Amino acid sequence: MVRTGKRPRLPPWLVAPAFVVGVLIVLASFVLAIVPGKIVHYGPIDVDTTARMVAPCVAHPFGTDNYGRDIFSRVVYSARIDLQIGILGMIVPFVVGGVLGLLAGYFAGVLDSILMRIIDILMAFPFTILVIVIMTILGQGIRNVYIALWLVGWMSYARLVRGEVLVLKNCEFIQAAQVAGFSTRRIIFRHILPNVISSSVVFAASDVVLCMLTGASMSFLGLGVQPPTPEWGAILNEGRGYISYAWWITFFPGLFLAVAGVGFSLIGDGLTDFLRTKGR
Amino acid sequence: MCVLARLSCSRLGGWAPVNQLNYVIRRVLQIIPVLLVVSVLIFLMLRLIPGDPARLMLGDKAKESAVAALREKLGLTRPLPTQYVIFMKQILSGDLGTSLTYQRPVAELLKDRLPITVSLTLASTLLSLLASFPLGYFAAKHKDRAGDQAVRATALVAIAMPSFWVALLLMILFCVKLHWLPVGGWGSTLWEQARALILPAFTQSLMTTALLMRNIRNSVVDITVMDYVDFARSKGISEAAVRNRHIFRNAMISTVTLLAMRMAYMLGGSVIIETVFSLPGLGKLMVDSIFGRDYTVVQSLVFLFAFMVLVINLLTDVIYSLLDPRVSF
Repeated sequence: MVRTGKRPRLPPWLVAPAFVVGVLIVLASFVLAIVPGKIVHYGPIDVDTTARMVAPCVAHPFGTDNYGRDIFSRVVYSARIDLQIGILGMIVPFVVGGVLGLLAGYFAGVLDSILMRIIDILMAFPFTILVIVIMTILGQGIRNVYIALWLVGWMSYARLVRGEVLVLKNCEFIQAAQVAGFSTRRIIFRHILPNVISSSVVFAASDVVLCMLTGASMSFLGLGVQPPTPEWGAILNEGRGYISYAWWITFFPGLFLAVAGVGFSLIGDGLTDFLRTKGR
Repeated sequence: MCVLARLSCSRLGGWAPVNQLNYVIRRVLQIIPVLLVVSVLIFLMLRLIPGDPARLMLGDKAKESAVAALREKLGLTRPLPTQYVIFMKQILSGDLGTSLTYQRPVAELLKDRLPITVSLTLASTLLSLLASFPLGYFAAKHKDRAGDQAVRATALVAIAMPSFWVALLLMILFCVKLHWLPVGGWGSTLWEQARALILPAFTQSLMTTALLMRNIRNSVVDITVMDYVDFARSKGISEAAVRNRHIFRNAMISTVTLLAMRMAYMLGGSVIIETVFSLPGLGKLMVDSIFGRDYTVVQSLVFLFAFMVLVINLLTDVIYSLLDPRVSF
C-alpha cells in the first residue's frame, strides 16, 4: 500500500519492551489455560459451605463466593475458555473472511457485489445486537457463542482484504505475473496474499480482544457460558449481586480479562510497528 | 435541508447546492432497499427459532388453546409470504403488536424507552469527543515523548477493559462507598436523570475515547508534516487557526467515519451498560425481552436498532461530504 507522510512510530527502545510484555502476558495466560490444576489448590466448582464470602486471605488469595468456591481457582480455570473464545472466535473469521475478500477483490463482478451487499446489510445491525440476535435464535451456551462470533466476524476481514486487493491488483508486478501466464491460484496466493495479509494480522490481535470481551459479555448477560462453568464474564455476573460487600468476586475476573486483553493489544501494536518498519 | 446545503456551500466552497441536495436524496433512497432486506431478516428471525414460537413465548404450562390463539394472532398458521405481507403492513401502519410481558403496545414501550438510550449514546459520544480531541492533539504534539506514551498506554488499557467490569467498579466506588451517585435506575426529574447518566455515559465513552484519540493522534501526526500546513504557517496565520482550520478539519474526516462506527457500536453496547446500571432503555428491554421470550418486542427492537444505525450512517456520509469537498456526489 502506498502511503505518504510520516507515520507514528514508537522509539525503538520502547517498541521491543512493550511487545515483550505483551508476549509474556499472553504466555502467562496460556500457562493458566493449559495447566490450571498445577497453579491452584481448589477445584473451580468445589463448594465449601464453611467458607462462604471469605475476603481475600492467605488460604483464598482472591476470596470466595456465596457457595464458598475459591475465586482464585475459578479465575485461573476460566482462562482456558476465555482464551479459546478469543482465539477460535478470531481464527475462523480470519481465514473465511480473508479468502472471501481475496476472491471478491481479485475477481470483482457478481461475487464481489453479492458479498458487499451482504456486508452492507449485516453492518446495519450494531455488533452486539447482531451477536445477541444470533444467540437468541440458536439458544444459550458456549457453542453458540462461537457460531455467533463466526457469523459476525468474517465481515471485517473480508472488507479489509478486499480493499487492499483492489489497490494491489493494478500494480505492475501483478500485471507482470498475469502476462507471464502464472495460474490465477498462484497469483492470488503467492503474489497477492503475502502483500495484503499484514493489516489483517494486526487487526486479528485486536480482534482476539474483541472476541474475548464479546464472549465474556454474553456470559455476563447470562446468554453464553452457563454456571457453574468458570468463565470471567460469568463469574462477574455471579458477583454482581454482592458488590456492596464482596467486591472481590467482581474485581478479579475482570482484572484478568483486562490484563489478557492488554497482552494481546501490546502484541498487536508491536506487530504494527514491526510490519511498518519491514514495509519501508 | 436545502437551506443547510446552501449554507454549507457558501461556507465551504462553491459547489451547486442542487448537487448536494441530490446527493442527500439519493442517499436517503438507498436506505429503502436495505431496510426491506433487514425487515425480511427480522421477519425470519422469529421463524428460525427452533420449535413453535407461540409455545416458546407462552411457556410449557400454557394451555393449548392459548398457544393456538397466539399462533393465530402472530399469523404463524398462514404460508410464509402471506405472513411477511401482514408483518410489513403492520409495521408500516405503526402497529408493532402487543408485548406479552408488559401487556402494552410495543410501539408505546419503544417510545418510552428510546429517549434513554438516545441520551446515553449522545452523552457518551459528546464525552468522547470532548476528551479525545485535546488528548489526541496533545499526544501528537509530544510524539514519542513521555506525554504521548502515557496517553497511548492509557488508551491501550481502556480498550482492553470490559465495560461491564468498569461499570461495576465505578458503582462500587461512587455509589456503594462514596454514595455520590445513585446505584442505578432512571429518575423522574431532569436532574436525577442527568445524574443517572453520568456513570453509564462515562463507562460507555471510555473505549470510544481511546479509539478516537488514537486516530486523531495519528492523523494529526500525518497532517502536521503536510506541505499545506507549512504553507498556512508561512502565511503568518495564528497557530490556533492552523490547528483548527487546517489540522483538525482534516483530522475530522477519518474521525467522523470512526465515530459513526463507534456510535453504532455504542447503541449495541447499551444492551450491556443499561443492564448493569438498570437503566430502563432499549438495551435493557432487549435483554429482558429475550429472557422473557417476548419475541414481538425483540423483533421491533432489532428493527429500531438497525434503523438508527442507518440514520447514523446517512448523517455521517452527509457530514463527510461537507468536510471533504473531494467527495463526489
